[in-house]
Amino acid sequence: MLLSDTIAAIATPHGEGGIGIVRVSGSLAIAIACKVFRSPQHASLVDFPSHTLNYGHIVDPIEGNVIDEVMLGIMRAPKSYTAEDVVEFNCHGGSSTLSTVLDLTLQAGARLAEPGEFTRRAFLNGRIDLAQAEAVVDLIRSKTDLARQIAMDSLSGRLSREVNSLNDRLADLLAEVEASIDFPEEELDFLDLTAMRRTAQAIQDGLEQLIATASDGKIVRDGINIAILGKPNVGKSSLLNKLLKSTRAIVTEVPGTTRDTIQETLNLRGIPVNLTDTAGIRRTEDIVEKQGVERSKSYFDRAALILMVFDASEQLTDLDIELLREASSRHAILVLNKVDLPFATFPKDLKSHAPEKTVIQTSTLHGSGIEELKSAVLRHVIGGECVLANSPIVTNVRHDDALRRAQSSVSHAIESLDAKMPPEFTAVDLRNSLDAIGEIVGNTTSEDILDRIFSQFCIGK
Amino acid sequence: MNTYQKTYDVIVVGAGHAGCEAALAAARMGCETLIVTIDPDTIAKMSCNPAIGGLAKGHLVKEIDALGGEMAKNIDKTGIQFRRLNTKKGPAVRSSRAQADKKAYQDEMKRVLESQPHLDIKQVMVDELLTEDGKCIGILSQTRTAYLGKTVVLTTGTFLKGLIHLGDVSYSAGRAGESSAEKLSESFLSLGFEIGRLKTGTPPRVNAQTVNFDAMEIQPGDPDPLPFSFSTEKITQPQMPCHLTYTNEKTHEIIRNNLHRSAMYSGRIKGIGPRYCPSIEDKVVRFADKARHQVFVEPEGRDTDEIYLNGISACLPEDVQVDMVHSIRGLEDAEIVRFGYAVEYDFAPATQLQPTLETKRVESLYFAGQLNGTTGYEEAAAQGLMAGINAALKVHGDRPLVLDRSQAYTGVLIDDLVTMDIREPYRMFTSRAEYRLELREDNADLRLTEIGRQLGLVDDTAYRRFQTKRQLIDEELARLNRTIVKPTRGSLTRLEEVGITPLDKPTSLTDLLKRPEIGYRQIKLVSPPSCELPHAVEEQSEIQIKYEGYIRRQAIQIEQFKKMEHFRIPDDLNYETARGLKTEAREKLEKIRPASIGQASRIPGVSPADISILMVLIHQKTRSELRAAS
Repeated sequence: MLLSDTIAAIATPHGEGGIGIVRVSGSLAIAIACKVFRSPQHASLVDFPSHTLNYGHIVDPIEGNVIDEVMLGIMRAPKSYTAEDVVEFNCHGGSSTLSTVLDLTLQAGARLAEPGEFTRRAFLNGRIDLAQAEAVVDLIRSKTDLARQIAMDSLSGRLSREVNSLNDRLADLLAEVEASIDFPEEELDFLDLTAMRRTAQAIQDGLEQLIATASDGKIVRDGINIAILGKPNVGKSSLLNKLLKSTRAIVTEVPGTTRDTIQETLNLRGIPVNLTDTAGIRRTEDIVEKQGVERSKSYFDRAALILMVFDASEQLTDLDIELLREASSRHAILVLNKVDLPFATFPKDLKSHAPEKTVIQTSTLHGSGIEELKSAVLRHVIGGECVLANSPIVTNVRHDDALRRAQSSVSHAIESLDAKMPPEFTAVDLRNSLDAIGEIVGNTTSEDILDRIFSQFCIGK
Repeated sequence: MNTYQKTYDVIVVGAGHAGCEAALAAARMGCETLIVTIDPDTIAKMSCNPAIGGLAKGHLVKEIDALGGEMAKNIDKTGIQFRRLNTKKGPAVRSSRAQADKKAYQDEMKRVLESQPHLDIKQVMVDELLTEDGKCIGILSQTRTAYLGKTVVLTTGTFLKGLIHLGDVSYSAGRAGESSAEKLSESFLSLGFEIGRLKTGTPPRVNAQTVNFDAMEIQPGDPDPLPFSFSTEKITQPQMPCHLTYTNEKTHEIIRNNLHRSAMYSGRIKGIGPRYCPSIEDKVVRFADKARHQVFVEPEGRDTDEIYLNGISACLPEDVQVDMVHSIRGLEDAEIVRFGYAVEYDFAPATQLQPTLETKRVESLYFAGQLNGTTGYEEAAAQGLMAGINAALKVHGDRPLVLDRSQAYTGVLIDDLVTMDIREPYRMFTSRAEYRLELREDNADLRLTEIGRQLGLVDDTAYRRFQTKRQLIDEELARLNRTIVKPTRGSLTRLEEVGITPLDKPTSLTDLLKRPEIGYRQIKLVSPPSCELPHAVEEQSEIQIKYEGYIRRQAIQIEQFKKMEHFRIPDDLNYETARGLKTEAREKLEKIRPASIGQASRIPGVSPADISILMVLIHQKTRSELRAAS
């Protein structure tokens, strides 16, 4: 994180709205805009007066094609939101256009803003009143935590494994290089140059493949993760089916039919939502099912929102109460299902254990309460600021950007290997690459690299 | 209790590598200084291997020298074998290493201390630290004499509750045969300091008369040895060779069969040992598939036949050590003079220190060296120098000196110590320095001499030499830039003679030198400077041109790094009531109380969001204080 470089982000909520804004702030904002913006008279942006809206096009500076027709707002320092030079592109296109425009600003030299960073700069530069400091703090906290959660959730299992494995291989390669630098007198079996190059090439290929997947939009499962949880046979799968209006999950009367988790994507007024139906949570000795149940519990931690389902026709059990207690400290909606049957549990019973939470009554048999549930979900998703700067499409750009930087650094490393540069130069490039991937999977410190060296090599003169 | 007649500005406790540098720096900065040691015969003693320098450690020694410290000069005078490591790699990771004549090194350092004005040496065992109103005011000796001083620097090494282990025998000692400081630890605890326990080990020494060197590989020093100190013209003394031999399956079998008798594996040792300097027991267990391990056979001096067996540090019982040594080629009949052992000792986690090495808890008290959880003479000396400098600056009422991570390995070392909660003996590696390309041995003087000069630690002669060197570099760089080689017949022939491929257009010497296959040596043949330049000037010119692209990129990163370092955190920031910080971050920040946003961002467990929030909180605090003031 840096204090004064130029940052960019999508500044409008995610969704299918008419106009979206990409905001760029910092000393290079106008220079960056110059690279991607063409006005009809080819007038230079540098001459545009402050606080004007200007018609023009976003043009890919390399490909030369027009991306979008935009209005460009220019606000010079110090009279702008951040008190820095600010350029705002008012774009017409949907989310994919917005992310392309954002991408172009990054390629032109901007850095993707950290969550809440515009506001932080505005505050640090004296543009936001002191009295609002607490609100600024809260905003940064909530945005960042959510962004991180979404970033983690958004990697699908396979891709997350791939990114992690590339990170691992890079760290191992760096450990090799570092060990050869710091322990020249030990009798260690280092990879020779050819083997190092081969490894670097394999990492490079892996990154390239990932980036290709990313540009297809598949690296990130666009959407907010929502998990459906509850005891067996309370109607979780039926609820999922009703929400999807399809019949994919198997539903039977035998408790524990859904042994694995099933994930479907639901389009909730333009916001993609990943619904995961989990195996019922109960105390079980069945090994196969146990794995499913463990996984369900892990969804507690990974989901942005939990739909917790209870059976209205049965008394609350200890396990239900345990779940309710769990729910009270998380983002959760309580669903009281089977209200078509005689009530044995009432909404107030749920409330007594989790007073803060919304209770929605549904009958998956008759389809009642489903629309109310959808609205409640939407309120949760939009009501919190969660989809603003942290929308999945930004996550997608963030991952893509990080992977591209990682890849470019590895290719530099390969060049320095080919040029037979001393190893400490190769190390610089590998370190940069590792730092870039670290933005997705977490930072690898120099202490981590030393750990790898000491576990792989017998060091000790 | 009686009070010693003279009061001091700086009192240094301990006369190892940290203590010597601390005391010399303080005295040279004009402070009335006292250095106390349990035994003046052990001043600057090399408790373990008889060598100075090595990877990243050589860097530290050069930095000590550039700042006006003593270690480099002392090893230049008493070294018996000099080698440059990593010469086939790039300039940033080339390091100097020298075998020392242990006794000569001690005697020489003792002489320097004795002849230093403003410095008194005394044999004192310290039992207690004297404090008044949260401030350290002196020390109390075992013989109940109080020595009063404005500042106290503690460099107690492994002597705090030192406990030696050898097989199933344990006894209290700082080094074999030397008494440990038993009471000082209690004094620490009563002042509220946290104490931890670490362990280190040392190998057996043998009599050279009983060693068959012919059965070993010889390791000579460099034919043209390069000195450590920027002030040393040339190493003139003759060099001694080291030798190399190996353990074998039989050695490993002996160790494996007796593991239960090793102090380490019987569970007697509780302290944490260094992973990069494992005992031979550890190596055999952890890397069981390795058929052999290196044993470096190093002389301990010119006037002694003792030989240090580098690589087989052990805390096995004596009879097993004998069998183990005899199983090694060339050592079949070797007579062990001193047995190897492990030593456990108290250390004070350095998160209790400010980056100046002054303790947070007790004002005017400084900790340096192994006490802070490091290993190595060089790491100790670098800290000692900084603690001595800062104690002296405090006495003079001047601003403290903190080197940052982009300026020196010394800065990396101290920042790591005070920022990360280190629980394993800390050793410097070049990989710890993120600005490694900039922090080279060859430019340590360019990085730090001005600072040493301002402190009054660099004398006129050394400073003049430095100025001349800097000027020669500037002139040579300008000349190389200015001199253009045109592709004429004459010049092409000359280029071809020295192995340079033909030019197609006029090219500056600078651009020629940037080619990977061309070195300064060839440039000199094509177009020599008007007079022969010192080696260091040639080397510096070559490095600055050849790696210019990388060095410039690193310079940009350093600039950004500095911004974060200069974002200061007020001393009185209240983390307890700070809104929005995660609990883990809050606890770590409260414990470490970082000086800057940069330091805060390096604390494990503090996330970028916490840093963002911290910036907002600091801004809020300073703005509301400004408002209140106006």
